[in-house]
Amino acid sequence: MKLIFEKSMPGRRGVQTTRSDVGETINIKKEFLRDKPAEITELSELDVVRHFTQLSRLNFGVDTSFYPLGSCTMKYNPKVAERIASYPGFAHLHPLLPQLRGGGMLTQGALAVLYEMDLLLREITGMAGFTMQPLAGAHGELTGIMIMAAYHRDKGNKKTTVLIPDSAHGTNPASAAIAGYKVATVASTDKGVMDVNALKTVLNDEVAGLMLTCPNTLGLFDPNIKEICDLIHSVDGLAYYDGANLNAITGKARPGDFGFDIVHINLHKTFATPHGGGGPGAGPVGVMGKLVDYLPVSIVVKRDDGTYALEYDRPKSIGYIAPFYGNFAVILRAYVYILMLGREGLLRVAENAVLNANYIRVKLRECFESAVDTPCMHECVFSPSKKMLETDVHAIDVAKALIDRGFHPPTVYFPTTVKEAIMIEPTETESKETLDAFIEAMKDIADTAQSEPEKLKNAPLSTPVCRPDETAAAKNLDLAYLNPARLLREE
Amino acid sequence: MPFIANTDEQRRQMLADIGLTMEGLFSDIPKELLCGKLNIGDGLAEQEVREVLAALAGKNSIDLTLFLGGGFYDHFIPAAVYSIISRGEFYTAYTPYQPEVSQGTLQAIYEYQSMICRLTEMEVANASLYDGGTAMYEAMMMALRITGRNKVIIDDSVNPIYRVMIESYTRNLKIEYIQTHCSTGQADRNQILEKLDTETAAVILQNPNFFGCIDDFTDIAQAAHNKGALLIMSCYPISLGILKTPGAMGADIATGEGQSLGLPMSFGGPYLGFMAAKMEYVRKMPGRIIGRTLDRQGRQCFVMTLQAREQHIRREKATSNICSNEALCAMTALVYLALMGKDGLRQTAHLCADKASYAYGRLTAIPKVKPHFRAKWFFNEFVLDLPKDAADVIVKLIEKGFAAGFPLSRYYPDMKNSMLVCFTEKRTKQQIGMFAEALESVL
Repeated sequence: MKLIFEKSMPGRRGVQTTRSDVGETINIKKEFLRDKPAEITELSELDVVRHFTQLSRLNFGVDTSFYPLGSCTMKYNPKVAERIASYPGFAHLHPLLPQLRGGGMLTQGALAVLYEMDLLLREITGMAGFTMQPLAGAHGELTGIMIMAAYHRDKGNKKTTVLIPDSAHGTNPASAAIAGYKVATVASTDKGVMDVNALKTVLNDEVAGLMLTCPNTLGLFDPNIKEICDLIHSVDGLAYYDGANLNAITGKARPGDFGFDIVHINLHKTFATPHGGGGPGAGPVGVMGKLVDYLPVSIVVKRDDGTYALEYDRPKSIGYIAPFYGNFAVILRAYVYILMLGREGLLRVAENAVLNANYIRVKLRECFESAVDTPCMHECVFSPSKKMLETDVHAIDVAKALIDRGFHPPTVYFPTTVKEAIMIEPTETESKETLDAFIEAMKDIADTAQSEPEKLKNAPLSTPVCRPDETAAAKNLDLAYLNPARLLREE
Repeated sequence: MPFIANTDEQRRQMLADIGLTMEGLFSDIPKELLCGKLNIGDGLAEQEVREVLAALAGKNSIDLTLFLGGGFYDHFIPAAVYSIISRGEFYTAYTPYQPEVSQGTLQAIYEYQSMICRLTEMEVANASLYDGGTAMYEAMMMALRITGRNKVIIDDSVNPIYRVMIESYTRNLKIEYIQTHCSTGQADRNQILEKLDTETAAVILQNPNFFGCIDDFTDIAQAAHNKGALLIMSCYPISLGILKTPGAMGADIATGEGQSLGLPMSFGGPYLGFMAAKMEYVRKMPGRIIGRTLDRQGRQCFVMTLQAREQHIRREKATSNICSNEALCAMTALVYLALMGKDGLRQTAHLCADKASYAYGRLTAIPKVKPHFRAKWFFNEFVLDLPKDAADVIVKLIEKGFAAGFPLSRYYPDMKNSMLVCFTEKRTKQQIGMFAEALESVL
């Protein structure tokens, strides 16, 4: 499809700006002005609408297809949340208003949402207090590790290392490293959970804490979780819960009860806010009582008279980590979702997510190699069977072949602890009929791997483009269309 | 149950089919770790939740006339922006790991990167960061990696919220910060050049700065380069409709808050951090980058590229921990820019400057109201000195229906009587007139 720049027509207009009611009063000397206007597009509104409508048709989304991307929790995003986020009372609210003297009273509705969300997340996770500020899951991880560092700094602890299991998301070691810690990896057992003996061998007084996803990326709940947290506490380390997979246990069990000290929650996973093609997300962080004082400023508090206010006077706080109060409109959507589910609904989310994953696990284990043979939680991990690998059909081929059968592929080649991993997370919003159709498609792929393997190697055939040349993309970098700044330099 | 598809009958059938019980599915969780019933109310119907939230929305004051900016602006947003980005194909998609089914997102982000390059006159842009503050922090970390140095000069006219954010992030690292003071509205060359040495990784400046003043940092970029340091420049994208660009000034990394490009203020987010740089630094950049290439059949297509920089490949050696970015907000900015177009963007910036300039004349004509800086070089914000505590004046103006501005004493203790005021294309001559009258009446 043509680029938007290639559709541009000199002199064409989209939006008409208003006429100046104050005349040409601008007063800026020439040396501060750009010498020519920015070379952006000249299009009519219809050109723009049609361009993006056509682009949208090249995308899979949860609204168009089953999207079992493991670890990403691609559940349905309720439309009502979009509607509420666009209420002018929320969308038009300037974030600096509460920083004016008495300005908190101008934003009581928004502050109430933040405060109530804090209480709900405390109840769901068993933590003592939350910050809503982190702008995504990885941002929450960084915030959590900064809190960990502040705790140790305060206690005079000399800590250098954060422990991370080999099955962790890449964000965990990256977050620990940019916060200034060394990373040590803890091996998993052949059953796929953390090897407690391996943990004991790397545990020492320099350990600041452990970051753990539970259920882990294999979809397994670690039965030794309490012992693991106790071990970390024995060296005055802190146990950090990566909430990427919280969807599996909402209403069933709470990380706070397992012994975790810090958690982050991906609202765009567990609480159904849209992923938007890679963001925005939101990653609220909750902590146990001994860490509450370190939470970022500001915190929403409820006064005795029932009004809400922002509290800034928090001397032990790690400071500001976002300009304001987090991705408010994302938090708002998640709040709407939790209100609609209620107590029972949250429990049903976990049950149905886990049931759906196990249904797929059992139904597919004849034709794919299951990573574990015990029940899983919210996601299941397979590899191509030996027979498939013999015909040179790999995880990537299975993924691409699913596209031709109308499904978004699962996550592939992650977790890295499983060779040729195919990680499937159906979520609770999908029906048995959808799962059955997906299972049929997977079986068909397994059969095709024997009868016509080359067909899978060439998949997908039904999409406007097929497999891209990624090596060429990285070698001959083309990252912007005929960029005037680069062209100028090349001259 | 809302949003859960399977019926009770289907659940029974599925469990029977796989020979398991609901309890059995959760048997790995030790019994003593199961929680009782949560203390959360019953679920609400859509009709109820809309009533509850409409009531809360009603408790927020959005009928004030806004002269409040400070890095976050009340610009006009064309209706088509929302209508395009609320297509489910865009907003219910994930990070485009599978390019064959994500060409819509990928091409749009490539076009966004191209737009940012054109707006800033920089050579390469990434696919977005969280917000203007985290973008500045990431730019600083990038400069440390590029230069292998750990000293950073940052001017106090840079958005104070960003400065405190950077401070929080780096408390566990060994970075030497030197803060220079802006006393005239323009960056103090003497101070900056005096501190700049061969240990300096970067000079961080903002244009227009937090006080709304504009500058040309070409000479500072040159001086920084002479010492092997980088110039990081934060900018306000709407202002680039008319103002000299970071690219033209020789900045090495340009960042900024993209909220003004079609995103509602939404009480602080989601927003958009943009980042653009010189091409030679592309491999040190954080975040996703989309590239154009060919597919196996030679057709144009788009992919995430240079992924070897990123956390999902490099783990603790990655250039950043960022995973989710603000893709939908980046797409919003792209759609906004495409709709405004070359002329529309220039005119919008021009209108902002016109209104601010008119308001400057009107407001500084009020007895006892003085401009804080002598130089009149500003874009759409400027600082007024009042005869009394600005915070008190602002409270009185709220009663009259105006969010009058930002009291600078919040971040600059010696500017107790100073107020930062802002004018966008949405403010009218009449509103400015009424504002001037109201201000005069409360002094």
